[in-house]
Amino acid sequence: MIVTYVFAFLFLLLVGWMIYLNTVKRDELNANVNNTKQDNVADNVIRGLIVTEDGTQLAVTNVDSEGNETRYYPYENIFAHVIGYATNGKGGLEASANHDLLTSHSSLLNQLKNSESGEKLQGDTLVVTLDPALQQAAYYALGSYRGAVVVIEPDSGKILAMVSKPDFNPNTIAQDWDSMVTDETNSALLNRATQGLYPPGSTFKILTTLAYLRENPDTWQSFSFDCNGSLSQEDVTITCYNGNVHGTEDLKTAFAHSCNTAFAHIGLELPGNDFKKLAEKFLFNTSLPTGMQHSESIFQLNKDSSYGEQMTTAIGQGDTLVTPLHMALITSAVANGGILMKPYYIQRVETCDGDTVSESKPSSYGELMSADEAEIISGFMRETVNSGTAAELGYSSYSAAGKTGSAEYETNGVTGTHSWFVGFSNVEDPDIVVAVIAEDGGTGSQTAVPIAKAVFDAYYYG
Amino acid sequence: MNQLINLAMQAAKYLILILMVLYTIQSYTVFRRTGARAKEYVFLRQNISMFFMHFIAFMMMFLKTMDLQLLAFYGAQAIYLGFTLVLFRNLYPKASRLLINNMCMLLTIGMIMITRLSYDWSIKQFKIIIAGTVLSLIIPIIIRKLMVITKMTWAYTFVGIGLLGLVLVAARVTNGAKLSLDIGSFSFQPSEFVKIIFVFAVAGLLTEAKNFKRIILATGLAAVHVLILVISKDLGSALIFFITYLVMLFVSTRNPFLVLIGLLAGAVAAVAAFFLFSHVRVRVNIWRDPFSDYANTGYQICQSLFSIAAGGWLGTGLYQGSPTAIPYVAQDCMFSAIAEELGGIFAICLILVCMSCFIMFINIAMKLTNRFYRLVALGLGTAYAVQVFLTIGGVTKLIPLTGVTLPLVSYGGSSVLSTLAMFAIVQGLYMLRRDEEDKDEEERFKEYQQNQGQGNPAGYGAAGNQYR
Repeated sequence: MIVTYVFAFLFLLLVGWMIYLNTVKRDELNANVNNTKQDNVADNVIRGLIVTEDGTQLAVTNVDSEGNETRYYPYENIFAHVIGYATNGKGGLEASANHDLLTSHSSLLNQLKNSESGEKLQGDTLVVTLDPALQQAAYYALGSYRGAVVVIEPDSGKILAMVSKPDFNPNTIAQDWDSMVTDETNSALLNRATQGLYPPGSTFKILTTLAYLRENPDTWQSFSFDCNGSLSQEDVTITCYNGNVHGTEDLKTAFAHSCNTAFAHIGLELPGNDFKKLAEKFLFNTSLPTGMQHSESIFQLNKDSSYGEQMTTAIGQGDTLVTPLHMALITSAVANGGILMKPYYIQRVETCDGDTVSESKPSSYGELMSADEAEIISGFMRETVNSGTAAELGYSSYSAAGKTGSAEYETNGVTGTHSWFVGFSNVEDPDIVVAVIAEDGGTGSQTAVPIAKAVFDAYYYG
Repeated sequence: MNQLINLAMQAAKYLILILMVLYTIQSYTVFRRTGARAKEYVFLRQNISMFFMHFIAFMMMFLKTMDLQLLAFYGAQAIYLGFTLVLFRNLYPKASRLLINNMCMLLTIGMIMITRLSYDWSIKQFKIIIAGTVLSLIIPIIIRKLMVITKMTWAYTFVGIGLLGLVLVAARVTNGAKLSLDIGSFSFQPSEFVKIIFVFAVAGLLTEAKNFKRIILATGLAAVHVLILVISKDLGSALIFFITYLVMLFVSTRNPFLVLIGLLAGAVAAVAAFFLFSHVRVRVNIWRDPFSDYANTGYQICQSLFSIAAGGWLGTGLYQGSPTAIPYVAQDCMFSAIAEELGGIFAICLILVCMSCFIMFINIAMKLTNRFYRLVALGLGTAYAVQVFLTIGGVTKLIPLTGVTLPLVSYGGSSVLSTLAMFAIVQGLYMLRRDEEDKDEEERFKEYQQNQGQGNPAGYGAAGNQYR
């Protein structure tokens, strides 16, 4: 009887949907910024600690003799955006892991003891992947620049450091709130590492190169371009930085010197639709695989785009916008043989007694490029350090590979150049990926490379 | 003391879950049992699960609130449940036990949750349940004795359209929709009752559907019902009526094209409604992204989803969650409240119990030989299934929220009364069929006797039948 089957199917669909809500959607709903269910729990549970793996406390709740609770952040501004805040709404990990922090898995015996004496339960402890030494190095290296630094372990996806400036002091957020939300020039509450959308500049040439490799799998080695400092097509002219003339180049030297003319030339050859498909496979126009609040990067080229758009897009200008975290992820896929590991911040959730409640395991998002492609691009990035725009990284005991960027922008008639660097260290078996953007920092070599060097140095020399 | 209570509360939470799972499994395994005794045994175990669950839930609530009234109220409910089961068993031994058990189980779940949400509401609801149960004890007699109910097609049509029209003209507006009429201090929702009358009307019209004209007439009258409901902005009921009609049309004509045309017309109408009516657009938009207008139109569905997420698989336990954060929780979002405090597994079992009711409805329909009765049982079963799907699908954001009640579980007098009547009608039809079976049996037996009568040895005649 068909009617029975149709309706039985609908009932089972409801069952399936409930299972889906409980398995896939549950954490997202519990962490939703509008969800105040957890606030009821806060009447019975003291918000848990946030600590690093070496035991450094990043957020603690102090309870005074009268039972008043204050959330205290010992490192003040340094971890402000990534750890976030828990008053005046919530941000960062305080928001996305709110549910864990307000859940207590302490032993039944403890629960009974506490409920008998009328005391609150201690919420679970969040053990994060952040490395306090690297975070501080990145924080001080960025100095007074606005911008962001992201450090990732490419073979696991662990976020080791995440800095955004301008910053704020989470301990005094209640007092500073009104002045911060009205100050639109600084937007100090915005986590630029995950929510700031910047033109990628020449760092995008990583993807342009990959697109070229895929269009010309057998002939790219014979690529040759004679750079005379500029390239014009119709009314658009692309020039190399500072009017440099690079002469005859193959693909590797064009990459290492970040030659705009050569890449604009490549941009004219690439079919717009294929390029867009590649960019979208690399997570443009979609959300990143992370529970932390973030912006979606934008890539708009298609088959109907003009020559001007083709050329500017190929050198990372045009309409393309990207978040620093996203650039770090693309770089970590190159460093990890083409495989992108999902980024994560939470290593473990523990009870207040230190028993593990849940543990994050590295998980792969997927293969974004083949191991061969990753090796070629990695080689080009190595050349950039050896003889190109990131040469400053060459004088170290560790090996490094990278790509600089000088992203020109114009907002409300004001023009300037953001300084970019993305790269990784210990090229044979990469240890860390660093992505840096310094707003109005000039060229990548000038500002972003020294900041990245300070982070690498901190990692290897302490 | 506190320790013990806490430990008991934890244990109680899991026990309730286990009992619900057991009950649900039994409401399916019973289909596989063939022996009357084996079935009887399963039914008894179901009753035990239900009474235990009811007891534990009320003890939990008593320990939480220390309100002595709850104990008295629990006693009254337990007596009611016991009476209902015993009365049905003895007055109507031929009734479907599974349907009675499921009905009592759904009422029990509803009473537990409504009591947790508001004691006053639960008292009100309980009174209506008692009235409804008395009604449902009478209905089977009417069905069995009054053949005239199969012949009143036009009366049904006029009463149905009349009542819906009255709502459209005279009803109080609640949340933008015209739903209920006030009579004295009572407020009732005619569409809940017209749903049943409508099924009878359509069954009457289609039973005699000898020609195409008749089908067009039936379709036209059904369309009038649906249109009045759409204009009253009662979209949930409109959908229930519409789909119920299509299913009845399909079963009576066996013509898939008619259904296809109906579905197409429905789709066109839905798209038109989307562009014509802003309230339809609002519903669809908040379904696509409830968080885009969180503070206003999206608030109810977001809170409903938060509830389900807060409950997880095992639930927070009674009084440990905050289902009252959902607006109109007891009417529209009972399912989410249950998922939050009693758990996702419990909620899934609840869906399966509803499905068991539906399967039983269709089972009964299939066994009926009288075309009219058959269409009635099928129509009521469909209306039930569509309503369950709309409400649970709506509060879980599988489909746009239409705000219909979860039959027998949600708070709402009209809803629970009409659903009890619906179950009683199907029971009546089931008993009618079993009366016929018995009659057939008797006739065959008489024939058998006559054939055997001649030449039977003395003393081995009629009396020997006991050895058959």
